[in-house]
Amino acid sequence: MNPSFIMIIITTALINNVVLSQFLGICSFLGVSRQIKTSASLGGAVIFVMTISSAVTSLLHTYILAPLHLDYLNTIVFILVIATLVQMVEMFLKKTSPAIYQALGIYLPLITTNCAVLGVALTNVQNGYGIAESITAGIGTAIGYTIAIVLLAGIRERIDEESIPAPFRGAPVVLLSAALMAIAFMGFGNLSL
Amino acid sequence: MNQYTERIFNGIIKENPAIILMLGMCPTLAVTTSAINGLGMGLSTLVVLIFSNLIISMMRNIIPDQVRLPAYIVIVASLVTVVDLGMQAYVPDLYRSLGIYIPLIVVNCIILGRAEAYANKVTPDLAVMDGVGMGFGFTIALTVIGLVREFLGASTVFGMALPQFCKPISIFVKAPGAFLVMAILVAVLNACNIKTAANKKVEGCDGCCTSCAKFCEDKTKEDTEA
Repeated sequence: MNPSFIMIIITTALINNVVLSQFLGICSFLGVSRQIKTSASLGGAVIFVMTISSAVTSLLHTYILAPLHLDYLNTIVFILVIATLVQMVEMFLKKTSPAIYQALGIYLPLITTNCAVLGVALTNVQNGYGIAESITAGIGTAIGYTIAIVLLAGIRERIDEESIPAPFRGAPVVLLSAALMAIAFMGFGNLSL
Repeated sequence: MNQYTERIFNGIIKENPAIILMLGMCPTLAVTTSAINGLGMGLSTLVVLIFSNLIISMMRNIIPDQVRLPAYIVIVASLVTVVDLGMQAYVPDLYRSLGIYIPLIVVNCIILGRAEAYANKVTPDLAVMDGVGMGFGFTIALTVIGLVREFLGASTVFGMALPQFCKPISIFVKAPGAFLVMAILVAVLNACNIKTAANKKVEGCDGCCTSCAKFCEDKTKEDTEA
């Protein structure tokens, strides 16, 4: 594997973690992180969708929008393509592999409005990535999301058994855990690549 | 209080989108590194929200129910593109510091959430007032959070240096600071017995914001019918 692709994966997954340093996909990060099992399934769905959507949006940008100088339509085109794509993936999975659909199905609609998916598509264009690099960035970002949400779910499963001061129960303690995780992930910022 | 001032009061205090409804958490956490950024993000969202509420409310009898969400997304995305280009031209510095979060206003839950929950049911005048209230509520919340983080993290207020009485705690302007400030804010609201959306037990579909929750609702309906 080309070293630059490994670098893209490490950068997107750890150094610029999509949730903990870019704050994309916070809704589902806080909402669906109660159990390791469900958050791992959501992570799986995100990896699946983000890889496909990075590929499709990058293809659209390279072969249609950029040659026609329609860059300003990026946002509109990307969000519509992502919304349609998620619907199609859902229908496709429902028909072809009911097992995967059972595991990921209910999380797919959540991903449509997950800002992380649109965020990756837009960042790829901003960084001037080609198609292969965009797909790599998509996979890396999704891996970063999965790492973050599964770790948070692990922490939350433990927290549920502790006694916490009443005002901090629920969301505040989850946000505090996320803050500590973000501090830990800041350590990756010093990696010299 | 007439129904217009009621809308504004509702948006700023009773159902403040950022603090009480907990919508649009991504920009709330991401751009509040300084008060100016918070204000800029809040005002751009305000503009998009007012016009999307207006247009969606005017078209509420034209848009067929089955395709309303894609239609709303197109309307909102077009407005965001206009704001994006406008900011690029007139406030390039702010545009650069907000970066990718400007186009991401499209997926801000507040906008689709208000369209779905309010604007598509009422007359345009009320929808616009709702947009004004919600938009200002969001702007005020973001500016205040930005002010707190900027003051603690950099000892400045709106970019102006303050006489230093202690060393700035720079973690507050970095990523973890956003989570810390939000955690303390929700804890204080909890201690004051102010009900926020953060108190709701959330799991699976309900765990997300209004707009995606709507997708989920449609899906559950479909599944029960099938």
